This record gives sequence, structure tokens and C-alpha cells, in this order.
Amino acid sequence: MTQNRFPHRHLLGIEGLGPQEITTLLDLSDRYVEKNRSADRKVNALRGKTIINLFYENSTRTRTSFELAGKRLGADVINMQVSASSVAKGETLIDTAMTLNAMHIEVLVVRHPDSGAVKLLSEKVNCAVINAGDGAHEHPTQALLDALTIRRRKGHLDGLTVAICGDVLHSRVARSNIHLLNTMGARVRLVAPRTLLPSQVDRLGVEVHYDMLAGLKDVDIVMMLRVQNERMKGNFIPSIREYFHFFGLDYEKLKVAKPDALIMHPGPMNRGVELDSDLADDVERSVIREQVEMGVAVRMACLEVLTENLSGGNA
Amino acid sequence: MSVRAPGRVAYVNARLLDPASGLDGMGALLTDGEKIVDFGPALFSEGLPADVTAIDCSGACLAPGLVDMRVQLREPGEEHKETLRSAGEAAVAGGVTSMVCLPNTHPAIDDVATVEFVARRARQNGLAKVYPYAAATKRLAGAELAEIGMLAEAGALGFTDGTRAIHDAQVMRRALSYAATFGVLIIQHPEEPSLAENGAMNEGELSTRLGLAGIPTAAEAIMLERDMRLVALTGGRYHAAHLSTADGVAVIREAKARGLPVTCDTAPPYFALNELAVSEYRTFAKLSPPLRSEADRQAIVAAIRDGVIDTIASDHAPQDQDSKRLPFAQAEAGGVGLETLLPVSLELYHNGHLSLLQVIEKLTAAPARLLGLAAGRLQRGAAADLVLFDPGRPWRADPDLFRSKSKNSPFDGRPLQGKVLRTVVDGRTVFAIEA
Repeated sequence: MTQNRFPHRHLLGIEGLGPQEITTLLDLSDRYVEKNRSADRKVNALRGKTIINLFYENSTRTRTSFELAGKRLGADVINMQVSASSVAKGETLIDTAMTLNAMHIEVLVVRHPDSGAVKLLSEKVNCAVINAGDGAHEHPTQALLDALTIRRRKGHLDGLTVAICGDVLHSRVARSNIHLLNTMGARVRLVAPRTLLPSQVDRLGVEVHYDMLAGLKDVDIVMMLRVQNERMKGNFIPSIREYFHFFGLDYEKLKVAKPDALIMHPGPMNRGVELDSDLADDVERSVIREQVEMGVAVRMACLEVLTENLSGGNA
Repeated sequence: MSVRAPGRVAYVNARLLDPASGLDGMGALLTDGEKIVDFGPALFSEGLPADVTAIDCSGACLAPGLVDMRVQLREPGEEHKETLRSAGEAAVAGGVTSMVCLPNTHPAIDDVATVEFVARRARQNGLAKVYPYAAATKRLAGAELAEIGMLAEAGALGFTDGTRAIHDAQVMRRALSYAATFGVLIIQHPEEPSLAENGAMNEGELSTRLGLAGIPTAAEAIMLERDMRLVALTGGRYHAAHLSTADGVAVIREAKARGLPVTCDTAPPYFALNELAVSEYRTFAKLSPPLRSEADRQAIVAAIRDGVIDTIASDHAPQDQDSKRLPFAQAEAGGVGLETLLPVSLELYHNGHLSLLQVIEKLTAAPARLLGLAAGRLQRGAAADLVLFDPGRPWRADPDLFRSKSKNSPFDGRPLQGKVLRTVVDGRTVFAIEA
């Protein structure tokens, strides 16, 4: 077995990862895609290991994907959905870490509404931690699955032009994708109204557009972001109707992109808000369902390399 | 450390620093009981009298005790974070002999009885002297004026809503106007609340990378600009706390040039740190206002040097572990500062921005003059409130060794230069380490 294919204890974000590390994860994911499509898809790489999915936010898609990934690898997977009420009872993140340490688990998958919360937890636990989304900070496995989807369709990432459209301000998916695509040599454009772009975002190495037709011109990939109503504290946009008119993706706007441009969405989508419903279902253009499939493979790869480090280092 | 003031004590072989008179030279100082009797280069040139206790300062600096014009106490109400006693011990360990506390206790200092409670409790401790600011508005709610006249009579040195901005323009106008009736000072936390709401750090590239909601620098400048209009309208005396931005400095600079009765302070984090201190979600560096960019930090240093910023205060804000060991957005803001006030301020001297006397002035005579306190200078007949320090002595900030009950220092682990050796309040040595 290769030593230290992925020399990190945790996967907390894409920022800071090098192209070789990302490629390692994508290559391994590719193999799991094929495995998952075969009849004999159960492997035992993680037999006897325990994974806890600790979710402080509601999530069906990501949690299920991690659960399936863990089970396919033969691990015992436990889901802990933490409701707002038990947080209100006063158990802090640090208390939770202490509790989990006592359970001797191998991997903790965490989603939390606060940026930095997963890192805080990772500093206090003995196991490997995967960030399944923290606030508006990062969602590394989403960026990896997006990259895998693109790479399988286009054959490569470098040199592609990718437009990320919508609520970048509140989006961890956008941040992780910006870091990953830049690291892998793609060109990233952001398209959004100014109120949905974070401060000095151009310093992240992206081209910023406020007009869909300019932003989508000749792009290879269009990534639509969810308009996160639940995060909208304040008036960022005047109305859904106005938003769709200017920033929603439909066939008309898509015309300026390359003829073979692909449409992606991290889900769950708001049909008719950020994305025209027919377009979302158009198998010629939309790879949204493929993204879900890639998600399981990517998470299997991440689980494998992190647990490998655990046993490789100290056993 | 005796409780009663000793008889005659001679501090010999000292480098006397008195910013108020410009004195900086070797000499001696004599106290008798609670008062300074005499001092100067020629004192005891013909030998020590027999009846004095001599303290050899070995060439260390003897200066007026520091006057810290912005300290958050947590008593009454949050004694698990800090008590008047622990704050007093932290103060004297930091060379602070007079501190002015904010009214943001529970209950708030908004009536005469609470002012008197704080003063009485502090006197019992016999450590640093404590003077309160009182609330500008009842319960710090920003709506109705507190009893400013009576509170001033009871000893409140100024009026402020603490860590909250007085945000309603009409309320601020009346507070300034009414306070001017009695000639007392209004102290503002200059931050437009609607721009700071939900914000956890400085707005910019770093907040974007960290995915944290930011507070733009304009939040400070906007509140200051509005307030300058209200100062011009009312003629009230106004003091802006903890300036953190270049834009904020520019507003005050311009207001002073126009002759408005305006002063301001800053705190060591704003000239010694920048926003990078919160990288890795370090909640000990979460402050209010937030740490700003490097350009802002440099503007604060320049404003201290050219006098736009009048004073340096610690903005001491104790928070316990449970308030800080949280995801960044949920953590409380603030840092303890009493025990690092002098050494971090001395960086301005070591880095060549200010003379030693100028640094001490910002920490003693300037705040005392601004607040009308009889403190902050070496003066025959004045209270013997003194600090003896070695400006060159290196040490490392270790909050575990702080006297403050809370350990939330943004300077945790920082190498420092300049150490307090002895602190004297009313002639009594209340803190001393081996020289």
C-alpha cells in the first residue's frame, strides 16, 4: 500500500490542498464509481471501523451519501442528527467532542451551521474529521464530487472555464469549488448580484460578473447555487421573481455558453428560482443526478484515505 | 505588602518619568504616608535621612501609576468572569493605579446606588482605584436618559452605553446636550449597529475566506461622522472609544481641526495586531470593534504618534472559557488587557514611533487630564500612585499566570518587552516582583 497518499489527519477544507492531493482523491473516486456500478460493490476496507455522521443542520442528501459510502466500505455507520433543542440544552461542541472521544470511533463526519465549528471540533477529538459543510466556509466533498463529475465528462479540469452563479455570499460550496478549480488550473467566474457576493471576493482569484450573459459567455460549465432562503437574514434580493429574471438560468441565457456546456447544481434545487425546471431535467445538459452518484464515490475515497492514515501512523 | 501606608519611603536610583512636566532623568522620590513629598535629580544628593525606608530602583523607571480609562468589570452580575478584587489585582500587576469601569454590569451602573456600590467595594480591596462611568441611558437601552446630573454628583466620570453604541440620533443629541449642561463627557462605542449586526470580524478578503459575516470599516466612520454633526449641534464633550480604522481616525482628525470638543482613545490590540490574528478562527482575537487590516493598524499607530488619538486604554474585557470556546460567530467578543497594557504600549517606544515619555503620557497624564482626575503625574502633595518598571525586560505573555480571573488574551504567547516591577497606591506597595 502507498504510504501517506493523503498526508492529512482531517479533511476540513479544500483551501491548502495541493493538485496532487486532489488528483489522488479523484483517481481513487473514479475506481469507486466503477465499483459502485458493478454487482459486487461491497468492499471491506473499513470493516470494524465506526463512522459517526454528526449533523447540526438538516440534510438528506449529504448525510445519506456519507452513510452509503461508509456502509459500502463495510464500516458501522451511526447517524446523529442534533436538533436545535439539544443544543439549547447547553451541550457545547466541546462536550460533544469529549463524549465522542469516549466512544472510540474512527471517523467523524460533521455538518454545522457555524463557519469554523468543524475545525474547532477536530482540535478536540482523537478521530479523523470530515467537514460535511460548516457555515459559509467550506464543503470539501461537494467540490470534489463536482470536480469528479466535470473530469469524467470533459476529461480534464485545467483550462476549463467554470461559471459559479448565485448566492456566493452564503455558499460554502462556492468557496470550496473556487479553491479546487483554481488549484487544478480551471478559470473561475462568479456571476451574482453584488449583494450576494462577499467582500473582496476577486482576491480569491476569480473573475466577477454582475450580468449573466457576460458571465456565461463561452463557459464550459455552469454551476448554479441554491438561493438559500433560510440564510437570508435581511434584504439581499428584492424578490424571487426579480432574481429569476436576471440571475435564473434558462435556455435563453444558456445560449451564450459553449454548445456542450454542462449544468450543475449542488441540490436541493429551487425549481424556477435559480434554475428553469425543464433545463434541470434535460439529460443533454444537466449532470445534476450524476453529481449525486459521484458523491458516494468521492466520500468512499475520502473515508478510505483518512482511515488508512489512522492505522498507518500508529498501529 | 502592608495594608496601612508606611511612613517615609525613598525610591532612590530611579529614572523618574513625568510626562506632565517633561521630566525624564535619574533621581529619587520621597513619599510620606499616602502622599508624594518630594522628587527630583538632586533629592538626597547629600545622603538619605535616617528615618526613611529606602527602595533601590536600580535604574528602573519610576512613573505615575497608569490611568486606564476603559475597563470592563464584571461585578456586579458576572463574578465568574471577574470580580472587583481580581480586576484590582490584575490592574496593579499591570501598573494601573486608577481604572475607569464601564457601566455594562448586571445590573447596569445607571443609578446612584450602583455607583456607590462599585466605589465602596473597590475601596475595601485597596488595590487600584476604581472610578465608574455611568450609563448614558437607562439600562443601557438607548432610549431614555439616565440621571446624568445626579450620577455625576455621585462620582461618575462620564456617560456611555458601554459596548453598545448610542445609536438613536435624537437620543445622542439629547445626551450630549444634557451632559453639556453639567460639563460632563459622553463616551461612544463608535459603531453603526445595523452594519455590525451578525458581523464577527473585519469585512474583507479574510472574512470571505473564513466564511464569516464581516463588519465594514464604514461602520465606525459612519457613526463618528453622524456624532460629529451632533457635537457641532450641541457643543457637548464627546470621546470616541477604541478607534480601530483609518477612516475613523480621519473623521476625528478633521473634527479636531474644526475645533470640536472631541477626544478619542485606542486599545493595544488595534495598534499591535491586525485581522490575521483571527485566522484559524481564534476566538481570543475576536474583539469589538474587530481587529482590522494592516493598513488600518498602521493608521492607528500614526494617529497615536501625531496626537489625533489622545490616550491608550486597555479595553479590558474578561470572558470565561465557556464564552470563548465556541464556534467563532457564537463566541463573545473582548480580551483581557490590564496586564499587557504597558508592555504592548511600550512596543510603540521600542519600535521607534514614540519616546518613552510620550508612551507614558498616553497612559497617565493624558487620560487623567481628559477625565479631570487628580492622577497621572508626579506632584508634591499628590497621592503616591506610582509604577516602577523595567522598559527593556523581556517576558512572554502567559495568561495562566495573569491575576485576572479570565484568561482570554489576544496577546497569548506574545513576546513582550517591559515589565512592571512594583506598583504603589496611596504610598502602599500593592504589587512587587523581584527586580
